[in-house]
Amino acid sequence: MKLSISSLREGIAAGEIKAVDVCRAALERIERYKNLNAFITVIGDAALARAEKIDQAAARGTQLPPLAGTIVAVKDNMVMRGVRTTAGSQILFNYKPPYTATAIERLEDAGAIIVGKTNQDEFAMGSSTENSAFGPARNPWDTERVPGGSSGGSAVAVAAGIAMAALGSDTGGSIRQPASLSGVVGLKPTYGRVSRYGLIAFGSSLDQIGPLAKSVEDAARILAVIAGHDPSDSTSSKVEVDDYVAALGGDIRGLRVGVVREYDVAGLDAEVKEKVGAAIAMLKKLGAQIIDISLPHAEYAVPVYYLIATAEASSNLARFDGVRYGFRAEEATTLKGMYSRTRDEGFGAEVKRRIMLGTYALSAGYYDQFYGKAQKVRSLIDRDFRNAFEKCDVIATPTAPTPAFKLGEKSGDPLAMYLSDIYTITANLSGVPALSLPCGLSSSGLPIGIQLIGKHFDEARLLMTAHNLEQALGADFTPPAFAGS
Amino acid sequence: MAITRTDVEKIADLSRIELTVEETDLFTEQLSSILAHVEKLNELDTEDTPAMSHCAPGGGDIEYTKRDDVVRPSLGQELAVENAPDTEAGYFKVPRVIGGEQ
Repeated sequence: MKLSISSLREGIAAGEIKAVDVCRAALERIERYKNLNAFITVIGDAALARAEKIDQAAARGTQLPPLAGTIVAVKDNMVMRGVRTTAGSQILFNYKPPYTATAIERLEDAGAIIVGKTNQDEFAMGSSTENSAFGPARNPWDTERVPGGSSGGSAVAVAAGIAMAALGSDTGGSIRQPASLSGVVGLKPTYGRVSRYGLIAFGSSLDQIGPLAKSVEDAARILAVIAGHDPSDSTSSKVEVDDYVAALGGDIRGLRVGVVREYDVAGLDAEVKEKVGAAIAMLKKLGAQIIDISLPHAEYAVPVYYLIATAEASSNLARFDGVRYGFRAEEATTLKGMYSRTRDEGFGAEVKRRIMLGTYALSAGYYDQFYGKAQKVRSLIDRDFRNAFEKCDVIATPTAPTPAFKLGEKSGDPLAMYLSDIYTITANLSGVPALSLPCGLSSSGLPIGIQLIGKHFDEARLLMTAHNLEQALGADFTPPAFAGS
Repeated sequence: MAITRTDVEKIADLSRIELTVEETDLFTEQLSSILAHVEKLNELDTEDTPAMSHCAPGGGDIEYTKRDDVVRPSLGQELAVENAPDTEAGYFKVPRVIGGEQ
């Protein structure tokens, strides 16, 4: 699907394209590319009915909403009334939510057509989508490799041209890392920019919903619709929403781009380093000023994150106990036994590991040593960003240390998996927005992403910078097997 | 810092997760290696550093948003129990709590 959000809308308005045909084509592609396992639940008839309404509105000559006909896939940790929502977990295998997430509601009100709920690591805990109770998703660039995670299904749906855009959630890199590994654009907005109402909580002080798309412009159009205060989420911000689409036309001459001294670490793949370096050189060629900056506490981000995120998760996931929804283990005869067996059988290994780590970090005698300590170091990481942004406007880093890795390569070693989030975690700890843009291919033909990090609520400048870079690079990131289909 | 099997059993109990013997063994080993990595934080002196529990934009106090205290429609009993594995007369049904073995 080569259409952009705006060209599709124009085509529908002019009567040249039927939303129903576009929707039907998307549903056919879901079926054709079932081997990628990008979707957990497909929304067929309801999607076609919505598309039909768009066509009727176009035929009447009604002004079409901004996302009219846009085919969107949504990560399965966002609730949608009456549509099975599993968060990739066996414990929610049959859950049909009685309400809809604000971000989804806003997309539908803007004319988007949601065709399905995408595969993910269980409760968004993972970096490969291998921790899904519904089997791993596969990378369209090489189906023996992971698409990244946890929003892997959303990244695959966009990369394979099934959906024009997708929603993901990002707690430590779960939008940006799969975007990087799958060759699409992924944006984690500022904490509080998008309502979390209806997002199944993982780490509440870190979680943020954001778009994945084929282009920066399409990502901007999705963000424009989902951003803004929501009375149902008290942490959603009342800061005014900028005009992200208009901002894309801006010029990056004079922009100060920070390059992080500490990020040239062992484990950074040589080709990733080279391609990200070339993209930074391109920013310089476009008139940006490249500035050496320091994030002295960046090396502590992974341990801080894995204490804070797990502590919050251990509390958030206490609600899954076999009483109100989802799976219940049948054999238990006592209440506590029912809880404990339900949670052992209902949760996968990574989720149990994280609940236990978080419970330990919060337990009597260890709280100050682990959770308290992590909160203090989080302050230091936050301060690093504030200092860095005195000297620069945007920070450029790799998104992930390597291109897509093989299925099974890291699944037996949790710590190795955690280290694939080394560049993305800091933005969540501080709450700043960050975006991943494809910037090149490895010699084996795998996409590589550059991460751009901005100041709080400075998404407009972030998108403008990424748009300029994307246009200058001028590359088409369509997986070879999906070109021309 | 090494974590023992007994520690893991205690954490599993606090977490209300009934682990199998194999899981207990595996988690003992894996949690030990993760905690060893976390030890790195002790390199830093944070005596005078404030704890950060949320990322309030702008670094100041969290921006609480309030709404008027007015009655709004709620889910209602029927929808509230719709997803429950077991119900009776509109209530959630669970194994016996009082009078049985605990």
